[in-house]
Amino acid sequence: MPDAEGHFGRFGGRYVPETLVHPLQQLEEEYFRAQADPAFQKELSYYLSEFVGRPTPLYLAERLTRELGGAKIYLKREDLLHTGAHKINNALGQVLLARRMGKTRIIAETGAGQHGVATATVSAMFGLQCVIYMGAVDCERQALNVYRMKMLGAEVVPVQAGQRTLKEAVNEAMRDWVTHVRSTHYILGTAYGAHPYPVMVRNFHRVIGDEARRQILEKEGRLPDCLMACVGGGSNAIGLFYPFLNDPGVAMVGWRPADTASCPSNMRRASMGARWACCRARAPTSSRTTTGRSS
Amino acid sequence: MSPVSNRIEERFRRLREERRKGLVVYIGAGDPDLEATRRLTLALDRAGVDVVELGVPFSDPLADGIVNQLAAQRGLASGTTPPKVLATVAAIRRESEVPVVLYIYFNLLHRVGLANFIRDAAAAGVDGLLVLDLPPEEADEYEGLMRDAGMCPIWLVAPTTPEARVERIARRAKGFIYYVSREGVTGMQASVSTTIADMTARIRRHSDLPIAVGFGISNPEQAREVARHAEAIVVGSAIVHRVATHGQDPAMPDQVGAFAAELARAVAEVSA
Ligand SMILES: Cc1ncc(COP(=O)(O)O)c(C=O)c1O
Repeated sequence: MPDAEGHFGRFGGRYVPETLVHPLQQLEEEYFRAQADPAFQKELSYYLSEFVGRPTPLYLAERLTRELGGAKIYLKREDLLHTGAHKINNALGQVLLARRMGKTRIIAETGAGQHGVATATVSAMFGLQCVIYMGAVDCERQALNVYRMKMLGAEVVPVQAGQRTLKEAVNEAMRDWVTHVRSTHYILGTAYGAHPYPVMVRNFHRVIGDEARRQILEKEGRLPDCLMACVGGGSNAIGLFYPFLNDPGVAMVGWRPADTASCPSNMRRASMGARWACCRARAPTSSRTTTGRSS
Repeated sequence: MSPVSNRIEERFRRLREERRKGLVVYIGAGDPDLEATRRLTLALDRAGVDVVELGVPFSDPLADGIVNQLAAQRGLASGTTPPKVLATVAAIRRESEVPVVLYIYFNLLHRVGLANFIRDAAAAGVDGLLVLDLPPEEADEYEGLMRDAGMCPIWLVAPTTPEARVERIARRAKGFIYYVSREGVTGMQASVSTTIADMTARIRRHSDLPIAVGFGISNPEQAREVARHAEAIVVGSAIVHRVATHGQDPAMPDQVGAFAAELARAVAEVSA
């Protein structure tokens, strides 16, 4: 758990314009109330199983295991979820929270479009207006996801500023939020941003690791030697890793892209930063990042 | 190194004595280049501007509307960095005592190191910092360093700020309190916000400091209207827009200075 102000050690916190401070405090209060509310948890698990398709299998990739000739490899099949990615775990949790808070409008940023599609889907399910900010370059690269979001009734706003990718989409979503904060909930798509987003996003995704831990114990009678996840903003990685944090002997490796096209430069920077309202820290730069203690 | 009396506090004391309202003007540093910024700041001083807010250009100005975003892009394109902005302030100080506040995003301070930046800013002759995305909750170290350096930390109050929080902010404020009269980003607006009278009254319940109101003021009529409720008004995008229109024209500082003088006259018509 972070401290009262949302710090994880020297990371985290809340670096936002004054207009957003009180709304974030309200979001934090409502989130922790919901988290402790059995009715909310019941609603969340109902939709996770009936609408989203949980639990997902932990699949033994036999041929990959043989081909690589080393570790026995299991895949946690988040790709089988509705809309095709883990993103919907968080989008669903946050949309239920937005409904509790009486918000009528949903906004989100998206890079590849998976988070945008998940957000458009849950917004449509509950009849909420939905606006998705997406860098103009990403809109072209991921035209199919733009089409899906529009089909789901969302408005997709191509962002023309700067590098015209995820970073600028986040900035534009923040500007929208500052302007419409009374009616609007911002469903941030990964484990970054101002408190309470990182802790909230982690908790909505920890279902990945909770299931995986149970499943591996059933299948193998032991914990894995190593967990691996791709890292964009870190949501699927922290969702998988978190329930294993107290398991000594489980190594954790996050993989990040080395090219700027799929990972904006300020997400790769090693130095601490205070961008995007948000985290005081960026993850380390190397494409292979070991999290937690080494085993 | 730290001045005995801060220029911002000094200016507002004088305004109060003379029963005048103040005019704060925002410009983007390095737009179109820092020499133009130096000349423009001096022109604004001559035009009767009371405080000049210099926006330090940043790649992700998420509190800013399109006019100021483009100014920041031009600032970055002209090679403007925080140290160069400080050097420009030092150059301005050779000719002018106009109070200067830097409008800056926290990431820039964080990168240079808070202590270094604040020390260098004070030495250059900066009088206050307005850190857009640094709420008081994150600001203990910042406040201590600012106090030691004799600079005013300028705190924002927004329409969404509840009364208990206004009180907390007011207690920490120095120089003046900035009421951001709109939920939204910087930018010109067709009409002024209707929350101003209520919120300035709310702030006054907790502080005797001057209140400056900004975000969206674009012409002398609006300046006059808002000045009735506050000790000072802030005009940003409407000025920045004019800077952009004149671009590299060497007459830009005088042209923009003339508009600032119009605003100053409008504000002067409202007596305290
Ligand atoms: C399928 C999928 N996996 C992973 C990611 C990376 O994000 P994160 O690190 O938050 O899991 C994305 C982001 O778009 C995604 O679509």
